[in-house]
Amino acid sequence: MTDLAPAAGASAHPTDAPVTNTGVTPPPVQSARARTTERVIGVLALAGTAVTVWLGMWVTPPDKDQGDLVRLVYVHPGVAWVALYLAFGMAAVSSVLYLWPRTRSLFWDRLAAACVEVGVVFNVCTLVSGAIWGKPTWGVWWAWDARLTLTAVLLVLFLGYLALRRVPAEPEVRARRSAFVALFAVLDVPLVHFSVNWWNTLHQGATVLNPGLTLKIHGSMAWTLLLGFVAMTLAFVWMLLVRYRIGLLEDWLDANELDAALAERQSEGIGSPAGADPGADAPTGAARPDATPDGTPVEPAGVV
Amino acid sequence: MWRDAALVVGKDLRIEARSRVGLSQVAPFGIVALALFAFALGPDRAIMAKGAPGLFWVAVLFCTVLAVQRSVSVESADGARDGLRLSGIDPAGLFLGKSAAVAVQLVVLEALLTVGVVVLYGARIEVPWLIVVSCALGTVGLAATGTLYGALSSGLRVRETLLPFLLLPIVAPVLLAGTRIFQAAMAGGTPSDGTQWLRLLVVFDAVYVAVGVLLFGPILETA
Repeated sequence: MTDLAPAAGASAHPTDAPVTNTGVTPPPVQSARARTTERVIGVLALAGTAVTVWLGMWVTPPDKDQGDLVRLVYVHPGVAWVALYLAFGMAAVSSVLYLWPRTRSLFWDRLAAACVEVGVVFNVCTLVSGAIWGKPTWGVWWAWDARLTLTAVLLVLFLGYLALRRVPAEPEVRARRSAFVALFAVLDVPLVHFSVNWWNTLHQGATVLNPGLTLKIHGSMAWTLLLGFVAMTLAFVWMLLVRYRIGLLEDWLDANELDAALAERQSEGIGSPAGADPGADAPTGAARPDATPDGTPVEPAGVV
Repeated sequence: MWRDAALVVGKDLRIEARSRVGLSQVAPFGIVALALFAFALGPDRAIMAKGAPGLFWVAVLFCTVLAVQRSVSVESADGARDGLRLSGIDPAGLFLGKSAAVAVQLVVLEALLTVGVVVLYGARIEVPWLIVVSCALGTVGLAATGTLYGALSSGLRVRETLLPFLLLPIVAPVLLAGTRIFQAAMAGGTPSDGTQWLRLLVVFDAVYVAVGVLLFGPILETA
């Protein structure tokens, strides 16, 4: 796709190509196979969601108690499954694998970060779809029911994780710190679970993930519900892949932003010495006091 | 490990005894919080007595954040953290010592706040031992989690804002359990209402003390 655009654009100038290439590591490029996989999963997720909507809205019958409200069952549990089990579970496992010395790799850190970020989105969707369902059935947007409370606490815990990730730090330091916070949060989940359960319970029992995995609904409704789970899982996987790729590029940018900007700046200087834009250097100006204010390029020769 | 822990407790408590930050700032803050809750709930003492268990623990949680911030900032000046690591003190001992120092301060504070809710809110304590035990167990959990998160956030410039956000949701079970036990102990409920919550507090304490003892070394290397 267009990930390569800035670097490729810079090195396209025939005069400065050697200068640019000495300092700057090229950004990570997605392999053709990975790109195809990502797109296939994306299309499947989209198609699965479309079919779920079609089945859920028009094909399945209304419920005898809940009427059309029951149609939320094709969305809400699937989204909740992704958020509460898949995303946060994967984030927990990835964080532990990062902390474990033998499997320590920034791959697990990026995966955990991507899981949490996508999981938080799904978590919010769970709460919103739950609130929309709760208002007509329970009469309230929000109840301090055990499961709702647990979901909300999880959201806050992982928002904290994301806030911590935003604190600038070396990749390894940030990875360790984040992994510890994720681990502490995960250890808290069963404790919160039991405490809110004893505190208050109003939510209906699980429809699919109940002990014994027996479906409580049947026929077209069951199939649509199942498809909802699959579609949401695929959507999650697609978002995860995209987010992971963005994370990879972000890390590259963090490590190479200054070099890339300098290389670009130098190529400008060679092309038109008087035409350098002072704004382009503003973020890095403090770090490079040796850059002259009138736009004269710093000679790279001394570095080599 | 235990000897190191005792050394660290002694050091932290000596600093507190000399600087009096806990006594002159954190404890008054707890009383201010109790007064603010009273303003928020109106002058009806029946409502305040009913809310006393929860308000007590919310005030304790807020004070925990302050005490932990203080415990971290003591180490942040003059490279004290590096000094501690260089001194060859066992990280597990360091964790236990820092936690115990925070816990001692919290216990003093809880005694003060208990008097506060009895005097200001008209709460009646029916089962004193439940109050004592829940305070002890809750304090251990709060001090352990607080020390863990304090160490994790110690190097950060945004520590003051990030620490409460990270710590307070984690200690939600302590708030729930502590409040329920206090309700059992105050409203004349039978002590058996509180026992499962006491078990929860024991598990909470065990989990986070164990995590701290095992992982405090790697956590210190992080910041």
